[in-house]
Amino acid sequence: MEIYYLPSHEYIKVDDGGGYIGVSEYAAKQLGAVTYVDMPEVGDDLEAGEEFGAIESRKAASDLYSPVTGEVLEVNEELEDDPKLINNAPLEAWIVKVSIADTTELDELMDQEAYDEYLATL
Amino acid sequence: MEPKQTCLHDRHISLGASMSPFAGYDMPIEYAGLDAEHTSVRTVCGVFDVSHMGEVDIKRPDALRFVNHIFTNDAAALVDGQCAYGMMTREDGGTVDDLLVYRRSEHDFMLVINASNTEKDIAWILSQTKGFDVEVSDRCADFGQLAVQGPDSEGMMLDVLGIDCSGIEFYHFVTLPDLTIVSRTGYTGEDGFEIYAAPGKIVEMWDKLMAAGIAPCGLGCRDTLRFEAGLPLYGDELDDDITPIEAGLGMFVKLDKPGGFIGRDALAKQKVEGPRRKLVGLEIDSPATARHGFVVEDMDGAEVGYITTGYNSISVGKNIAMAFVDARYAPLGTQLQVRIRRRMAPAKVIKKRFYTPNYKK
Repeated sequence: MEIYYLPSHEYIKVDDGGGYIGVSEYAAKQLGAVTYVDMPEVGDDLEAGEEFGAIESRKAASDLYSPVTGEVLEVNEELEDDPKLINNAPLEAWIVKVSIADTTELDELMDQEAYDEYLATL
Repeated sequence: MEPKQTCLHDRHISLGASMSPFAGYDMPIEYAGLDAEHTSVRTVCGVFDVSHMGEVDIKRPDALRFVNHIFTNDAAALVDGQCAYGMMTREDGGTVDDLLVYRRSEHDFMLVINASNTEKDIAWILSQTKGFDVEVSDRCADFGQLAVQGPDSEGMMLDVLGIDCSGIEFYHFVTLPDLTIVSRTGYTGEDGFEIYAAPGKIVEMWDKLMAAGIAPCGLGCRDTLRFEAGLPLYGDELDDDITPIEAGLGMFVKLDKPGGFIGRDALAKQKVEGPRRKLVGLEIDSPATARHGFVVEDMDGAEVGYITTGYNSISVGKNIAMAFVDARYAPLGTQLQVRIRRRMAPAKVIKKRFYTPNYKK
């Protein structure tokens, strides 16, 4: 699966059926232990660059931004019981699965190499 | 403006702390992690660099009368070597700052003030000296400060720093031959000590504490610890337009002390009439955390207050918060709701001392 990132550290892993949105390893480390993930509902519309939920740690709540425009197909219910899955394996612990309305939006995102270069500047 | 650095700044960097600006200083937020640091203080011992705090000396013949004029608590009731918590208030009862007053003698006091307020406080103090024979000295640069906190603190002070604190009672202090001041005080709800000394000595003591394996603790857990113990933070539970009566700090406001104090009449009136808003504790029935500024509503959806501090509490294991609410909604057990982003979370008024402090009194 191809993976793309926003500068605000959300990723989208793309496969045939859509994309899985989560937060990067860098973000998971910065957050510290995740206490809660505020997720949208199945059927909600997301817009590229717009806030769609929040991820909470002891310290703070951070808004989540969608890398693409689309509809929520699935939410990761495992995170309701165990939000620390995001700390354990952020790239596995996706938050929502979305349809991708316009694949050209992916061109606006950073690929792994570009994201790694971006992290080196932080 | 470039943030200032405490005398321990390079130690924090080499420990790999996550640093953030706070009150004009580049301060450590966490080292090993907030939760682990919090637990160290609750169960064993941890040390905080709180060198950003401000110190002011008040000396000369009218020192006692002057301190009592600007301080809500009663400095005349202290013996030499004792300290007290209280506020400085304006004529209208608004809080200039909350502070500790250390009484060395009736002619010699040290005030410990919040880093975020040092300039404002010193200007305020100087503006009130007319008619008093006092000398006010800004000592902020002369002192670094450590807080050693947790149930094992007394043993660590002796074993690691060679300072026997067994004779220091709660809210008392000693001045060592090298002028280091040690008080049995803190901001965590645990037994512990605060140490004021020249920056070079603070660095020496920090290095010894690190070598002994004491957990370095950042401002992150300092906030979760004080919050659980129901202790206010200036900027959240106190402010220029919040009175100590509203914040539930009446026990530190001695309305009847001889000579009164600035703000006495306004606070006495508010106490008799009852404040329009009160600081309460809230237990929140939601996995989401209510944070500073979030709106509190009654069950009909009318706005009745706001959250001052909220956490998913480590020691209590729930989402809890402190909030200012209209006094009608302050009774224990009142059902309210908090707007957390798009959703409403049910909330119930509870005592704001969420965690029962383990002070050694």
